[in-house]
Amino acid sequence: MKHWWWKFLAVALVLAASITALRTPLAPAIVHVEPATLQPGTRHAIEVLGYRTQFVPNEVIAYIENGGQFVPAGRVDVIDDTHARIHMYVPEGLREDMSDLLVTAPGAGTMRLFDAFYNPVKGSGATHDIAAEMTVHHRKGFAFPNRNLLYETIRNLNFHVPMWFTMMMLQTVSLVFSILVLRSGAELHDRGAVAAVHASLLFAMMGLVTGSIWARATWGGWWTTDAKLNGAAVTVLIYLAYLVLRGSVTDRAKRARLAAIYNVFAYVLMLLFIMALPRMTASLHPGSGGNPAFSQYDLDSSLRPVFYAAVLGWMGIGAWLLNLRYRLARLEILQEDARIR
Amino acid sequence: MGKEVLNLLKLEAALDLRQRAAWGGMLLYVVSAVYVCHLAMKDALAGTAWNALFWIILLFAAFNALARSFQREDQGRQLYLYTMVHPRSVVLARALYNALTMAVLSLLSLLFYALFLGDEPLSRADLLQFVLAVVLGGIGFAAVLTLISAIAARAGNGIGLMAILGFPVILPMLLAVMRASQLALQGAPWSDAGLLFLALAALDVVTITLAWLLFPYLWRD
Repeated sequence: MKHWWWKFLAVALVLAASITALRTPLAPAIVHVEPATLQPGTRHAIEVLGYRTQFVPNEVIAYIENGGQFVPAGRVDVIDDTHARIHMYVPEGLREDMSDLLVTAPGAGTMRLFDAFYNPVKGSGATHDIAAEMTVHHRKGFAFPNRNLLYETIRNLNFHVPMWFTMMMLQTVSLVFSILVLRSGAELHDRGAVAAVHASLLFAMMGLVTGSIWARATWGGWWTTDAKLNGAAVTVLIYLAYLVLRGSVTDRAKRARLAAIYNVFAYVLMLLFIMALPRMTASLHPGSGGNPAFSQYDLDSSLRPVFYAAVLGWMGIGAWLLNLRYRLARLEILQEDARIR
Repeated sequence: MGKEVLNLLKLEAALDLRQRAAWGGMLLYVVSAVYVCHLAMKDALAGTAWNALFWIILLFAAFNALARSFQREDQGRQLYLYTMVHPRSVVLARALYNALTMAVLSLLSLLFYALFLGDEPLSRADLLQFVLAVVLGGIGFAAVLTLISAIAARAGNGIGLMAILGFPVILPMLLAVMRASQLALQGAPWSDAGLLFLALAALDVVTITLAWLLFPYLWRD
């Protein structure tokens, strides 16, 4: 028991994180507005569509935010739980190209649709018809952020990203084993390196599948040309090539050394590739090409604890897999030694 | 160390002079590849495709040219070489010689390529930048493939294994040079391209350093 506690912990974390990731409701949000273009200096009737909202008549307050200025809505007609019509006068002189829509209600909290409206006529700041102060309501209960384009797929964060983290952890373990092989030439270290590569490839495949599904849902294609995706493809190809290299050498000591050299060489080049290049090229993927990572979506930090639990849990599962294969390799080596004697 | 490397470089050059057919082979490979593309594509190439095709041809030419880097000597001569000099000198000399070879070969490829597939995309380009990208790319391919060629030769499994091992590790280099040369074709200012060239040069240095560090573990049997 003393030695297995971390396996229980890993399974518990993965189960807890996965169940929470699938069962937590999404925060109510505004998902669509019509029209999406503002004509400053005129009255507007804006149709609003909510997701998981419960609009209550006379309680809904709406604002348009542009460059830090809040323009309050005159009247909000609630049609049903998810439909409402906002009547408002949009003043002249809005500063920025895009305006956000904020809808707030007691209990439901404040919902913001980023870049909801395009503002074709720009000025240097509205001087009247703006709110001095905004009413803000806070939502009660635990919910995931509900963001444009992502919607329900935001849950995938807790599956997709931990796979890559675990893969990178296992590949780093494999690198350490490979360096040990170069220093000692021990067969056990070589078996450790290949065990880590096998486990890392499993997580890479899971990362590719979850990523592909996510890409289909948000970007519209199963695979796109993207720096991050190229990095993933290169990583998988490198470790498959590593296995092919091992397969083509029969002498064990030689195989261990050649594989270790290739592993160290490829790991460093791969690291440079996935660290440096995505920052230089345009990318759709969060966390590269100037895109912020997911922390920006998590305004009330509800994703964070689930995500960390998932990462730790999956890393634990990866370590368990590696541990099993490593112990198996040690037993096999012992058995062979016994047979030779 | 420096003298050893220099002597080894001279040895490489002398060996290459003796086997002039090898150089002829490399050149003929490029010319044939370019001519096949000329027949297949005619004049249907716009800037981006022109650039991509050039790098693909150069990539395969590099694999073809560098495969023999460690395969041309037998075990006996290798052993003799390693008793005389430090293995790190061997790999450094090989990498430098390969870099030189690839720099020349890539410039010649560019010449043939422009001849058969048209130099129209070059007319709007910053020519100095493009040539620099081509040379740095050639050196980069040589840097990566020197160690890969040594591993493949050691594994006793010729060019097939080299391609499998080489493609994934050469991809970063390939994407970076393709981007640099694309920028050059668009006539981008040096302020845009400079960082990329610096990154390319750094990538070349890191790769050769890695080969230098790892090679002593490779030659022992």
